[in-house]
Amino acid sequence: MMPELGKYAAYVLTAYGASVVLLLALVALSWVRGARIKRQLAEAERESKHG
Amino acid sequence: MSLWEYANPARFMALTARVLPVLAVLSAVCLVVGLVWGFFFTPEDFRQGSTVKIIYLHVPSAMMAINAWAMMLVASLIWLIRRHHVSALAARAAAPVGLVMTLIALATGAIWGQPMWGTWWAWDPRLTSFLILFLFYLGYIALWEAIDDPDTAADLTSVLCLVGSVFAILSRYAVNFWNQGLHQAASLSLDKKENVSDVFWFPLLVCIAGFGLFFVVLVLVRTRTEIRARRLHALRLRARMG
Repeated sequence: MMPELGKYAAYVLTAYGASVVLLLALVALSWVRGARIKRQLAEAERESKHG
Repeated sequence: MSLWEYANPARFMALTARVLPVLAVLSAVCLVVGLVWGFFFTPEDFRQGSTVKIIYLHVPSAMMAINAWAMMLVASLIWLIRRHHVSALAARAAAPVGLVMTLIALATGAIWGQPMWGTWWAWDPRLTSFLILFLFYLGYIALWEAIDDPDTAADLTSVLCLVGSVFAILSRYAVNFWNQGLHQAASLSLDKKENVSDVFWFPLLVCIAGFGLFFVVLVLVRTRTEIRARRLHALRLRARMG
């Protein structure tokens, strides 16, 4: 299944590995911050309603 | 219906809640299909060998690095002219995505450059303008974080965005302005003779669509977060004042 990458295998795999890690990290950080802010806003809105 | 109606945060949140799932699925499908097609099912280039497979990451990320700044420029101008908060927050939301795209373009370019040019880095016009664009992204994000008042931060970052646009344009056209350096001219062209071979072109098109949709999805998700953060900030201020 793995294509024959020859003498440049390390370069190609490093490029793909680094890019996938960066993209996943960006998604994860966006998701975590989004969930945290959403939770904090819900709490703040609840508190403002109840005084 | 006018586009400006979506400058209303409530309308923006309602619309994006509906379209985001569709866009996220489309983005994931295009990215997976494009990258798997490019990595597993395309041949080696007769001159560059298997390193040609890096094109499926390098070209779309470089395009998005420049296009993200262009989107920030439009959003910043809308903020400066019409004072729509959603546009300022969208520009802020796009910056980290553009930063990561620029970093991927720089990293994959260096990794591709070493076996092909014999060096990781050269002070070539396109590489240098991309590095400066990366530094502008960092400065833009830092400026947003450094200023407490959101409207002042939006004003100052918008001005920075206008200045940085020079380097975004340079990043795109540097190889045309200065006909020197290691970086080749654009590989993609509407002229079939100048464009890359179809066997590389079709999976590359799918990857470009995937990266573009990925950018749109992340910017929408992050803009929703910024709108909520702004509301949270306002509620906390109100609670503190009384």
